[in-house]
Amino acid sequence: MLYAILCYHSEAVVGGWSKEHDDAVMAKLQDVKAKLGASMGPNARLLPTTAATTLNKNVEPAMVIDGPFAETKEQLLGFYVVDLASLEDALGFARELGKVNPGGSYEIRPVGYFDPANTPEGTHA
Amino acid sequence: MTDIAWVDKALTAARPQAVAALLRYFRDLDTAEEAFQEACLRALKTWPDKGPPRDPAAWLIFVGRNVALDGLRRRSRQTDLPDEDQLSDLDDAEADIVERLDQSDYRDDILRLLFVCAHPGLPSTQQIALALRIVSGLSVKQIARAFLVGEAAMEQRITRAKAKVAAAGVPFETPGAAERAERLRTVGAMIYLVFNEGYSASGEEIETRAALCDEAIRLARLLLRLFPSEPEVMGLVALMLLQHSRTDARHDADGQIVLLEDQDRSLWSSRMIVEGLALIDKAIRHRRPGAYQVQAAIAAMHARARRYEDTDWAAIDALYQTLERIQPSPVVTLNRAVALSKLSGPEAGLDLIAPLGERLNGYFYFHGVTGALLMELGRNAEARVAFDRAIALANSAAEAAHIRSHLDRLQGDASAAAIAES
Repeated sequence: MLYAILCYHSEAVVGGWSKEHDDAVMAKLQDVKAKLGASMGPNARLLPTTAATTLNKNVEPAMVIDGPFAETKEQLLGFYVVDLASLEDALGFARELGKVNPGGSYEIRPVGYFDPANTPEGTHA
Repeated sequence: MTDIAWVDKALTAARPQAVAALLRYFRDLDTAEEAFQEACLRALKTWPDKGPPRDPAAWLIFVGRNVALDGLRRRSRQTDLPDEDQLSDLDDAEADIVERLDQSDYRDDILRLLFVCAHPGLPSTQQIALALRIVSGLSVKQIARAFLVGEAAMEQRITRAKAKVAAAGVPFETPGAAERAERLRTVGAMIYLVFNEGYSASGEEIETRAALCDEAIRLARLLLRLFPSEPEVMGLVALMLLQHSRTDARHDADGQIVLLEDQDRSLWSSRMIVEGLALIDKAIRHRRPGAYQVQAAIAAMHARARRYEDTDWAAIDALYQTLERIQPSPVVTLNRAVALSKLSGPEAGLDLIAPLGERLNGYFYFHGVTGALLMELGRNAEARVAFDRAIALANSAAEAAHIRSHLDRLQGDASAAAIAES
């Protein structure tokens, strides 16, 4: 089963991390990801919501709004896609991630359709 | 991370909103600050065990307000004693206060807090110190270290700034649209001052002061979250990110300046560049250009060039012309002269800055640029005069050392010529 693990945390808190702390957390997360081997799918860290733009298509014509879809206390900061046998396994992996990156929440969301497109060329991030 | 470190981060993140709301209640900076400190002490006691409250800022506002009110009551010899039960059963009260703190309310609170620190009557150094103390919550010791002054002197500077702000009176009425836009401009300028205080560091100060750049970016992002559709705020964040992205490449191991053309571009922070470019993209959509946006666009031209040779000087020259229209200043023209000299040769650059000599005579960069352009043209004697002038006006040892390296090169050329002739 494919699971998306959606990472929610206060971006004001994460944005206040020092570069050293940020680098250390990223390195530890890298180790946890590596342990998953071939079960590890695409994963991404998103830029702050201040860089986001939202297209509201409930109205005609669709309306462009600066900022994230919703103002929330914790923001969607990134995601992992993993291929694991059960929810228990997915929770186990999320717990491992949480140990090296405490604070915030992981939403474990089973994936219904997945198109493993290639990484687009000229990816800068 | 230990429990305390986690609480610490949460307190720092909640600080601007909490202090800003407390300032609205008490209309006095010192009282607001003390109330926040008290609330933090209580948070340090309860959060590690109970976990974070649902809304840390609202918790701190509520507790801080109660504690301060108790203090005021006790001082006025009333008999009301602090109600500890109230603190242990916060959830309902917290939900209530969150409802009352509607978005626009707290937006103006934070803007007011920043605006108070950016009071036009304060010299820039006091604005920066006050913002770092009040909004960022840095200790006097940390700020003193960043400014390379003693703690007592910094304490005094901040006290003086606070007294001036108090005497001027904090503007508490809800601002109208024009007033809000004006505050936004003032606050943006103050945040950019904080940034430049860090960015202009050299030598051994670089490490301690680079933190000011991070702090300025954090404050500007906060401002952008409050005013998500303001293209100039996007431009300001983008400008600072793009400049700061080069921090690791701007000085060598000995603290000497490395020019843009000689920088190792692999040391540039790609994450800051990507975010900066994304913000410019967003800003341009609004078609309301401003000085920060144009400067960010110029910085973006450098960020986009993989190698120095790939730099699009024609685009940069055009952007500087736009900036000259928006914000006419001899310094902007001086910067354009550099771009123009890359595009059309050093002679064109010199022609452009010739009329600026009188106004920029006391400006380090003017003589540095003049010297460099003259040197390119082989007018070495004149170049030497300009470089001597620049050294006399240098703002730091690193700047002086950089110009001296040009003089050494001129000296080297002269001896090489002498050998060739002999």
